[in-house]
Amino acid sequence: MKKNGLFSRLLILLCFLFLYAPILVLVVFSFNASKSKAVWAGFTLDWYVELFHNGMILNALWVTLAVSALAAVIATVMGTAAAIGFRNLRRRTRSVCMTVNNIPLTNADIITGVSMMLLFLLAVSAWNGSLGRMLGIKWNMGFWSLLIAHITFDVPNVILSVTPKLRQLDPNIYEAAQDLGDHGFHAFRKVVLPEIMPGVVNGLIIAFTLSIDDFVISYFTAGAQTQTLSMVIYSMAKKRVSPEINALSTLMFAAVVALMVIVNLRQARQDRQARKRRETLSAQ
Amino acid sequence: MSKELIRLTDCVVKYDDEVVLDRLNLYINDKEFLTLLGPSGCGKTTTLRIIGGFQKPTSGDVFFDGKRINDLPPHKRKVNTVFQKYALFTHMNIFENVAFGLRIQKRPEKEIEQRVEEALELVNLPGYGKRSVDSLSGGQQQRVAIARAIVNRPQVLLLDEPLGALDLKLRKDMQVELKKIQQQVGITFIYVTHDQEEALTMSDTVVVMDKGNIQQIGTPQDIYNEPKNAFVADFIGESNIIDGTMPEDRVVRMYGKKFACLDGGFAPGEAVDVVIRPEDIDIVPVEQGQLTGTVTEVTFKGMHYDIIVDFQGFKWLIQTTDYSPVGARIGVKIDPDGFHIMKKSRYSGMFGDYSSYSSEYDELNEDTEADDEE
Repeated sequence: MKKNGLFSRLLILLCFLFLYAPILVLVVFSFNASKSKAVWAGFTLDWYVELFHNGMILNALWVTLAVSALAAVIATVMGTAAAIGFRNLRRRTRSVCMTVNNIPLTNADIITGVSMMLLFLLAVSAWNGSLGRMLGIKWNMGFWSLLIAHITFDVPNVILSVTPKLRQLDPNIYEAAQDLGDHGFHAFRKVVLPEIMPGVVNGLIIAFTLSIDDFVISYFTAGAQTQTLSMVIYSMAKKRVSPEINALSTLMFAAVVALMVIVNLRQARQDRQARKRRETLSAQ
Repeated sequence: MSKELIRLTDCVVKYDDEVVLDRLNLYINDKEFLTLLGPSGCGKTTTLRIIGGFQKPTSGDVFFDGKRINDLPPHKRKVNTVFQKYALFTHMNIFENVAFGLRIQKRPEKEIEQRVEEALELVNLPGYGKRSVDSLSGGQQQRVAIARAIVNRPQVLLLDEPLGALDLKLRKDMQVELKKIQQQVGITFIYVTHDQEEALTMSDTVVVMDKGNIQQIGTPQDIYNEPKNAFVADFIGESNIIDGTMPEDRVVRMYGKKFACLDGGFAPGEAVDVVIRPEDIDIVPVEQGQLTGTVTEVTFKGMHYDIIVDFQGFKWLIQTTDYSPVGARIGVKIDPDGFHIMKKSRYSGMFGDYSSYSSEYDELNEDTEADDEE
């Protein structure tokens, strides 16, 4: 067993090396003083400084943050409402809804992207050809189409993270509030929302992360004028490979890792609490 | 007793084609402790939810204090509920849980503090206000749920199997305590349970239900001593139920023999169900016995033995303090007041035979029942 232990440890090390070697290279070279991608010429933060003087990148950063934040918030509200709706359905209808919800999650991004682009093009031309022309308002793909697309792929993920919390919820909790004289949205906000809040916040963070991360769907739905960070990186990499890309990618990677760490820590803590609660309930 | 408070008339509840309640008629008096007793799926929880306002009857009416309340939402009813899994608000401390209803009523802070502390004292948890829900044991959470309901001074307290999750010892203590609380606050308790012992211990009135119908309403003594049909006789305690006929008043005929009994009022020769409780049977030497049988199984139960005796292919359960070994021939003697005669019902022949009796099987049954009740 001991020999095996050494071997398996080595194997794990190799696996992680393969997984993270590219990112490691990226991070290291974002601090490289020369433009070369092969020779280490000393440590510098120049590329990061340059990054924040590049108007196009700053603009894309703003678009990315705005789209991600807006999409995450809207999707969280919609997804939470949908998850609660699903919960109150009969079992068979509910499982159909969950399956429908899961399809976009496994669907290839490029198909989602292309299909949304087609839909938006159709909507834009229909609008511009009829009501828009009468009112003199011309609509184009841009920030709004990008936002709608992001909300669309965020919602299923929010539903997925809220549903388990709803399942853990005492089935009578809302009725208990009604019983004590409360009702409607006030009762929901007072007793249900606080109990499922951890799941809602996790959903929000996951949605935000996915939106920051996304390239394919954004690429097809952002139109000609709007660019997100990942789209900027792509277009920069097509023209010339600049260490600025490394710096920008490193920052994005760090942001996403930080968010994922937060989500995982939160989840671990909630699981611990849930286990504790179950133990006190069963230890009588 | 005192005046009528709640009345259900012809209440029917259907989900799709499944009938959960079948034309239920029930009235409940003020200040009484009434228990809805029955196996899982009998409609007892549904009845409770109709009174609480969480379930609308498909047809039929609900009256409270003479007023029809079918369409009155739960938050406007003078009724509070203790839920099966307590449904405590885990993000609030104990004080805020109990104060919830008073805060909705916008009571002054001073009054809230005083009433919450009173309620916590009533359930034996004085000074627990600052604790979190998670730090309490199941029994304590149960008491908080009672305090949270009672602090609003409802006219009726509904309890949905509140002791189901507690262990046996704690359950017995809580039974006594609940009864004490009910007498102290002097309001109506409507209690749902599948545990017959719980029902007999606490109630003024027991309503035995099965398959969406009321089988019998009565005091615990009535229900135990004078069950109306084989279902009630079997569900409340243990019963041997034997086919017999009534040739005349105060005489019952079974196994081809006549026995003296105290019942009457049947048509001459009418077929009946004869109930004999296991503790009403005396074991005597064979030659003195009214009937003779063979012991097939003996289980030691602490205070007594459960013995299964075969009487011409029909097995009886007898509870006795005298040990008889398996295989022994014994005689039995039953006093006239040991017989209870029931009219035939749709439950005749379904209960009261101990041929497949096993003590372990009994316990298993009880566990699954507690789990799948919803």
